[in-house]
Amino acid sequence: MTHISVTVDGTAYEDDVEPRLLLVHYLRDRLGLTGTPIGCDTSNCGACTVELDGASVKSCTVLAVQADGCEVTTVQGLARDGEWTPLQRAFHERHALQCGYCTPGMIMAARDLLRENPRPSSDEVRKALEGNLCRCTGYQNIVRAVLAVAEETSASERQSAQGQSAQEVTA
Amino acid sequence: MIPPAFDYARPTSVDEAVRTLADAGEEAKVLAGGQSLLPLLRLRLAFPELVVDVGRIPELRGVREDGDMLAIGALTTHHDVVHDPLVRRHAGLLAQATETVADPAVRHRGTLGGSLAHADPAGDLPAVVLALDAELVAVGPGGRRTIPARDFFADYLQTALAPDELLVEVRVPKREGWGFRYEKFHRVAQSWAMVGVAALVRRDDGHLAEARIGLTNMGATPLRASASEEALAGAGDAEAVARAAQEAAEGTRPSRDASASPEYRAHLARVLTKRAVLAAAGMG
Repeated sequence: MTHISVTVDGTAYEDDVEPRLLLVHYLRDRLGLTGTPIGCDTSNCGACTVELDGASVKSCTVLAVQADGCEVTTVQGLARDGEWTPLQRAFHERHALQCGYCTPGMIMAARDLLRENPRPSSDEVRKALEGNLCRCTGYQNIVRAVLAVAEETSASERQSAQGQSAQEVTA
Repeated sequence: MIPPAFDYARPTSVDEAVRTLADAGEEAKVLAGGQSLLPLLRLRLAFPELVVDVGRIPELRGVREDGDMLAIGALTTHHDVVHDPLVRRHAGLLAQATETVADPAVRHRGTLGGSLAHADPAGDLPAVVLALDAELVAVGPGGRRTIPARDFFADYLQTALAPDELLVEVRVPKREGWGFRYEKFHRVAQSWAMVGVAALVRRDDGHLAEARIGLTNMGATPLRASASEEALAGAGDAEAVARAAQEAAEGTRPSRDASASPEYRAHLARVLTKRAVLAAAGMG
């Protein structure tokens, strides 16, 4: 057994784990955070994608002991006081899910993209999500949902920039 | 799937890692980013008694200039290689090929040194360091040694590293002004290369003065397309490049598997060599 300290969705945990325990099993079986599903077991499907110290990883391809001292964010840690993030809302509103199995991974991978590239093209969204499979083939609406968030963000930035210059004029 | 049980060590320095490996003998495996080792463990294709996690050794991470070489720490992740300004400037081929490795989540964890030490013939980066004439630096109980890329890849998943040696650095000669292109053919976005071609060319007065071609998945190890390289010297137009590319599969021994026959792989090597060289030379 190896001792680990890990923060998951803002809560600090201390645990003794077998070195062979995968992070995804730690999250699901030990912490009960079943919002992160296991899809393929071969590192292909991306359903189990979470953030490890702010970068997307496939939690079936990380050992729990490798997350020692790190901060993990799962899809369950995104909403604040019951309020969805813009990405979660966009997936809901744009019908970006059918069975929903790939959705947690898609959202975590899309967050990663928007952090690095807040105004992606449709091709860039597709490229960023290439490690995430949707077997209902809902890709069209998944890409639309991610693009919608990028547009929303830039529209609100434009608005606040306009608001600022208006203030400057009045001042 | 659940990996077999193993003991776990997390050394904090290269010396400690090498001592740990030396004590463990042949039954230890080095864990860097884990993007190749963990799938092997999960599928129970590897049964190490001890996993030595070098992921927390800071001296193994990062890129620095060393005269006319770039020294890339073995633990530098694919993501960091792709975004590193020194790599982009002096070893554009490596940045471009690394950007095609797997997907963003895998590139966050996977490391350059890990990919090379794993030595999968379908991996993209072995052929790239071969084309770049890179050197690999290993540290063992006897000290440090430098292994040219052409001597590093011994056989399928086998390298020149001894069980108690750790790959610590990849040294790449700076190649400013060379044209480059990595072309790979795969059936779906994130699958392994069926065949890949890494091309580097130096132009001189409208023709190709020199070409270096690395081949992915055309044998048990990455290979150089030496016959094409020779035929490309002096090539002045697209037709000459196409003729030289016809020799890309000379001396290779591609495998047969569910996705391709050896003959089809040889065909791909010729087609991709032509594409890669034309693009690298700006003749495409």
